[in-house]
Parts: sequence; C-alpha cells; structure tokens
Amino acid sequence: MQSGSGLDKLPGGILVTTVEKLANWARKGSLWPATFGLACCAIEMMATGAGRYDLARFGMEVFRASPRQADLMIVSGRVSQKMAPVLRTIYDQMPEPKWVISMGVCATSGGMFNNYAIVQGVDQIVPVDMYVPGCPPRPEMLIDGILRLHEKIVKGEPRSKLVLEEAGT
Amino acid sequence: MSEVETPEVERPTSELVDEVVVRPGEAHDLPPAHAAEQVSVSERRVQQVVAMGGGDWAEVTARAAAEGQDDVMIINMGPQHPSTHGVLRLVVELKGEEVINLTPVVGYLHTGIEKSTEYRTWVQGVTFVTRMDYLAPIFNETAYCLAVEKLVGIEAPPRAQALRVLMMELNRISSHLVWLATTGLELGALSVMLYGFREREEILDILEDVTGLRMNHAWVRPAGVSQDLPDGTEDKIRAFVRDMRSKADEYETLLTNNPIWLERTKGIGHLSQDELIGLGVTGPMLRAAGLDHDLRKAQPYCGYEQYEFDVPTATGSDVYARYQVRLAEMRESLRIVEQVLDSMPDGPVMSTDPKIGWPAKLALGPDGLGNSPAHVQHIMGESMEALIHHFKQVTEGIKVPKGEVYVPVESPRGELGYHVVSDGGNLPYRVHVRDPSFMNLQTGTPMAIGLLVADVIAAMSSIDPVLGGVDR
Amino acid sequence: MSESTTTETSENGFQPPDALQPVLTGLRENFEDAIREVGGHRGEVVVELERERLVEVCTWLRDHPAARFRLLASITGIDYLNYDDRPERLCADYNLYSFDHNIRLRLKVRVTVEDPHIPSVTGVWPGANFPEREAYDFFGIRFDGHPNLVRILMPEDWKGYPQRKDYPLGGVDVGYIGAHIPPPDTRRYKGGWTST
Repeated sequence: MQSGSGLDKLPGGILVTTVEKLANWARKGSLWPATFGLACCAIEMMATGAGRYDLARFGMEVFRASPRQADLMIVSGRVSQKMAPVLRTIYDQMPEPKWVISMGVCATSGGMFNNYAIVQGVDQIVPVDMYVPGCPPRPEMLIDGILRLHEKIVKGEPRSKLVLEEAGT
Repeated sequence: MSEVETPEVERPTSELVDEVVVRPGEAHDLPPAHAAEQVSVSERRVQQVVAMGGGDWAEVTARAAAEGQDDVMIINMGPQHPSTHGVLRLVVELKGEEVINLTPVVGYLHTGIEKSTEYRTWVQGVTFVTRMDYLAPIFNETAYCLAVEKLVGIEAPPRAQALRVLMMELNRISSHLVWLATTGLELGALSVMLYGFREREEILDILEDVTGLRMNHAWVRPAGVSQDLPDGTEDKIRAFVRDMRSKADEYETLLTNNPIWLERTKGIGHLSQDELIGLGVTGPMLRAAGLDHDLRKAQPYCGYEQYEFDVPTATGSDVYARYQVRLAEMRESLRIVEQVLDSMPDGPVMSTDPKIGWPAKLALGPDGLGNSPAHVQHIMGESMEALIHHFKQVTEGIKVPKGEVYVPVESPRGELGYHVVSDGGNLPYRVHVRDPSFMNLQTGTPMAIGLLVADVIAAMSSIDPVLGGVDR
Repeated sequence: MSESTTTETSENGFQPPDALQPVLTGLRENFEDAIREVGGHRGEVVVELERERLVEVCTWLRDHPAARFRLLASITGIDYLNYDDRPERLCADYNLYSFDHNIRLRLKVRVTVEDPHIPSVTGVWPGANFPEREAYDFFGIRFDGHPNLVRILMPEDWKGYPQRKDYPLGGVDVGYIGAHIPPPDTRRYKGGWTST
C-alpha cells in the first residue's frame, strides 16, 4: 500500500501502511479481556480460554483482572439490577479504545428472564460492539464473535456506528 | 430508524449516585472519556456517574468510625474480582494483614427465577431451575422433577431413574473438577486449572451426546427424561471412566503432598462440626468435619440404594480436608457410573401415562431433532385422543394436585432442596430452592476472622459457592 | 393419577411415620397451646404453630433427645394469596432435619400482611441468618430479634416485596419489529386455560 508520491521511488518489497492500520492490527492481535464473568456464560468463557478451545492463539489468554489494563469486556451472563452500576463502573475504568462483547442472550436482551430483576440487554448500560447469542454460546460461537470483532477492529469502523447515526451526529 | 420503542429501564436510585443526563449537542463538563459523542445518547438513556458504594459499605465504615478504630482498613473485594467464584462481594475489615470481620454481600446475580416459574408451566419450569446452580444443572432438574413427581404421586420408570443417576454422577465429577480448577487458579496452581477444564470437556462431550447441550440441559423432565442414550454412548462413558481414574491419580500426585499446597491449605478455614451444623452446612464441608452424612445413603432417591459406594470423610475440617473429600468423591462417582452402566434396566425413559408423560418421541431427522415420523403419524393419522393429549400437554401442561412437598437431593455442594407448592393448576404456585451455597456462604464470616487476606481466598473457595444458586 | 388428594390433616385421618411419633407426642405434651394444626402430605409431616412460642418450640426440637433437629435446612417464605380462605397470607416454613434419627419435619407460621412479625430463630440455629433475610427481602416478613435484618438479594433501597403475589413480574414487551409479544405475566395461558 502506498500513501504518497515520494514512495513510488521506494524499492519493492517494503510494506508501507498507515499508522492507524498498523495500530488496529496490533490492537486486534492482542486484545486483552477484562474478567467479567457473571453466570453460566462465564463458565463457557473459561472453557474457551482453557485447553481445548484455546483463546491464547488469538492473543487473548491473559484475562486482566484490573479493567485499567484491559481492552475488551466480555459481558458473560445475566446482568441483574444490583450489578448494573458495577458494570458501568468497570466499563468506565477501561481506557480507550475499548470494545464490548455481549455474550449470551441474557446479556444481549435479557434472555429468558423477562422480569423485574434482570436488565433487558446490557446495551441499556454500555455500548456493545458484538452480540453473541446462545444460552450459553458454545466456545466456537464465542470465538466466531471474537473473530468478527477482530475484523471490525482491523477495518477501523467507528464504534457504536448505529447509535451515532440515530443521534444524528 | 426502527419503530421499536426503547423500553425505560427503571433502576433504583441510591443517594451515592449522581445522575447526569446529556442530550446530543448539549454542552457539558464531563471528562472526555464520558463524552456524549462516544456513548449512546438517545434521549431516553441516562448517563450515570456511579460511586462504588452501597448500603453495606456505608454501614461498615460508619461503624468503624464510631468505634474509633482508626487503624482498621476496610477493603472491598468484588463483585468483579478474579478470586471470587462469581459475583460475590466481600467487605473485609483488616487490621494490618489480619481479618477482623468479613461481610459477604450477595444478590448481584439475582434473577427472579423462583418468581418466573410461577408464570410458566410445570415442564417449562425445568428450563428455569436448571440455570440456578449452573455447574450442576442436572441436580437442579432432578430435584425439581422429583418434587413434581411426588406431588403428582407417580414415579419415573426405572430406566429413567438409572439414567438420572448416571448423569448426576457425571455432573458431580464435572462440578468438582471446576472447583479444583478454580481453586487451583486462585491459589496459584495454574496448570491445575487447565487440567480440570480438560477433563471437564470430556464430560461435556458425553453430556452433549446424551442431552444435546453442554450446559443447562433441560433434559430431566417430570415423569422421566426426555431422551434415551444414543448408540455408542456407553462405550464413550466407559472409556472416560478409565481415563478419569488415571487423571485423578495425576491430580493427587501433583497436589496432595505438595509442600506449597499443604502450606496454603492445611489449617486454613477451620470450623468445628457443631458450628457447621448450626450454620446449616451440608455436603463436602460437613463431611470434611467428620460427619458422614450423605443424602444418597440416608434418604435415597432415584434408586441410589442399589449402588455400592462409600461416603468419604476427613477430620481436618480445613481447606485441605475439603480438597481430600472432593477428590475422593470423584472416585466414588466413577464407581457409581460403572455400576449404573452394568445394571441399566431396559424400558421407556418417560412415563407412558398420557396425562403426565411428555408426549413427543424425538428422533434425529434430516433437519435436526424433532418429533419422530412414527409419532407424527400416530397423532395425525391414527389416534385423535393422542393428538388431544399431545396438544394439551405441550400447550397447557400437566395438572399437579394441590399440596406442598420438600424434596432434597445431594448436590456437589450439599443438600439441594426444592420446596414446591401447587394449587392444583397447570402452573406452579411457589417453587423455593434451598440452595446449599446460600447456606454454606454463612461460614465465610466465622472462617475468615483471624486469617490473612490470601487465606481468605483459599477459605472462600473451599466453600465452593456458585453464585447462581446463592442469588437465584 | 388421583386429582382429589389434598393436604391430609389430623381431621381426615393423617398418620405420621413412626419415627416422628415421639416428636409429635412430645410437642403436644409441652406446647399444646402453640400448635395450631398437625398435618402432612405425601408422607411429610407439617406442624403449624402460633408465632408466640416459636423459639421455645424450636429450642425443644433442637435439644430433646427424641427429636434432635440440629439442621435447619431452609426457611421458605410463601404468599398464600387466593390459595385458601385464611386472612394470614404470609407464611414462613421451617424445614428441619435430624441426623440422629434421620427424620424431617416442617414447621409453619402464618402471619398477616398488616402484622408480619415472627420471632427470629437465629438464636437457635445461627444458620437462619441468611434465609430469614431472604424471606424479609421477598415477602416483608419481619423477624424480631434478627441481628441484621436488611435486604440480601435485592438492592438495599428496593421498594416492594417482589415474590408476593400482588407484585408484578415486571417484564418488558419483547421487542420484535412488527410483532407485539407482551411480558410473561400478561400472557394468555395464565388465567386462560387453567383453573387458577
């Protein structure tokens, strides 16, 4: 890829790219999740990180305990009313750029629990970049969601594009 | 955009929360990370700056200030914390490194499952209760179905009982493996985490073969189980049992006489047998205190009296003793699995009473699992009555006579009891779950007093709490 | 399958299992005024008590050699709205287990919504701490003498008692585009096809 006239004169074999694309590639290659396992989906997330469905091959084996060191929050499990402020606090503590995967139907839309106790979808609280359905989603499904998120990151799509359109900005 | 209205989310307000509503284009003085452009700004959504507080925190700090304890540190661990089994919050009062008080705060996973079951039929209730204790879903389902069957006054066919025992014991092993894996992770034995999950994958393969799902199966139904074992499962299970025995030896070799493991677990979290009984504790914690109480022996259900197995106990009543008990229980479960396979009776897996038994006979077709062609032929072509029964059963559900029962089973964490009340209709009137983790969590405070912070982690993980069951 | 089985009571010939006979005899001798009814269903024994002497009865049950109910398995809150005609809607059920005799017993205490006070048994079984908080949280039953009666599973400042029958389930419309699926507590089959 060439970005300027002066570069036409460079010898062949040198990869030239924009800094942003390089940064995006680095971001997706080493996306560190914050531990946010809530319920049954958390066990499947742990299984995805364990030996058989290895997340380490995607650069994600270190589940950072501190949100200040994490890029990705995988909300795995049902979010209760009591947990909602905590979720928002953790999200706010993560530095930019950050992404959110809502894993499982309970995080996506409240799941089978349509009642007083569960927040009907974690996108009521934080902006979500990838929704992974399932109850719980198989590890392969979660990996599929993560890989699609990687594609989104590499393409450099602005986050919460849909919401920005809705807001008219 | 779309016509769908975004529903209002009503959250309870707390005096520690500042509410800021920012509309698009409005000026504001929030720091850039919270800038309106970057997060959802639909007018209905409220942006909140939340202080991590809550009633318990304020209460604890006020008490400490009032007592003039200036050198007491109050630390909040959780609810998001790598070393708690789920969303458990511990408010720990420390004098230096030593704990002087510990308050567990639960409710961060409360799902209203018990109330939700009152709005679904009896069979649909299985799908709700299975998600409570998500590491041992078959136990939840079996206990619920046993309670429903007791109310109705029937027993599931013998083959269904044997299959339930088989799946329960496999589930017990997988639950103990997760306990071993997470405890190892929290104490720093990271390879144990990977070994535990490796073995668990084998069990999940078997569960997936039989029930169709890896977790949250909804396989045990009132009056039986929904599907029989497919061909080839028995060989798979036998191969797994052989493999698991050698793997259990591996864990023992790695941990049992390991000086680091001994240092971190021996003498930690000691409670006497009387204290445990007074607190309502059952399960491996009580057996590690010397009392050989096991509901499978004391009040057998599902045919457990025909199988030969021991109830392992230990006398230390500390974290190490609980580890020994759980490891031994895994071996006993393997024995039971072999005996069940050897003595599996033939017959139907669902009661044939048309008013109770689930009508569908499922079979694998070209487009997936569904009603078998023979069954469809029967209800559509041959018997009007069968069609009516099928329709009523699937839509309205079974009618359970009025009454209430309490049915306990021995889950991997202790006595899992279902107190089910029926008013004679097709929807449950009240389903209350006596979850073992809920009662066992009360031991957190007496165990932790006097311990160092790192030992608190070990002690809490030896309780093996599953917050899905605690919070329901 | 019999449709007619209702809860058996002392009136209609209820026969408790033999192992529980000494317990029931002892209860009748010592606490005759506190027992309201002895009944059972499907082989289980239920003793309904008046709330005044609950702690004494529980202490006796825990300590007497013929009973020795050392394990409080659970405390269940139940809201009997529209279940029977009694004015006491709220109920606390104590499920007890005795290791020594391998017997189970259930105690029931019923109170009204206007005066929902029951003495706390945390002095008898310390493990009653969490279950009583849960019954308070979901039904509003006040346990007098409990060391820390605050909400346990709902947020501390929640209003209302969620598992009472007159508290709504509180779901939202399921947001399909072009379809209207109401929340579960307003759907057809509740009150449509059933007898309740």
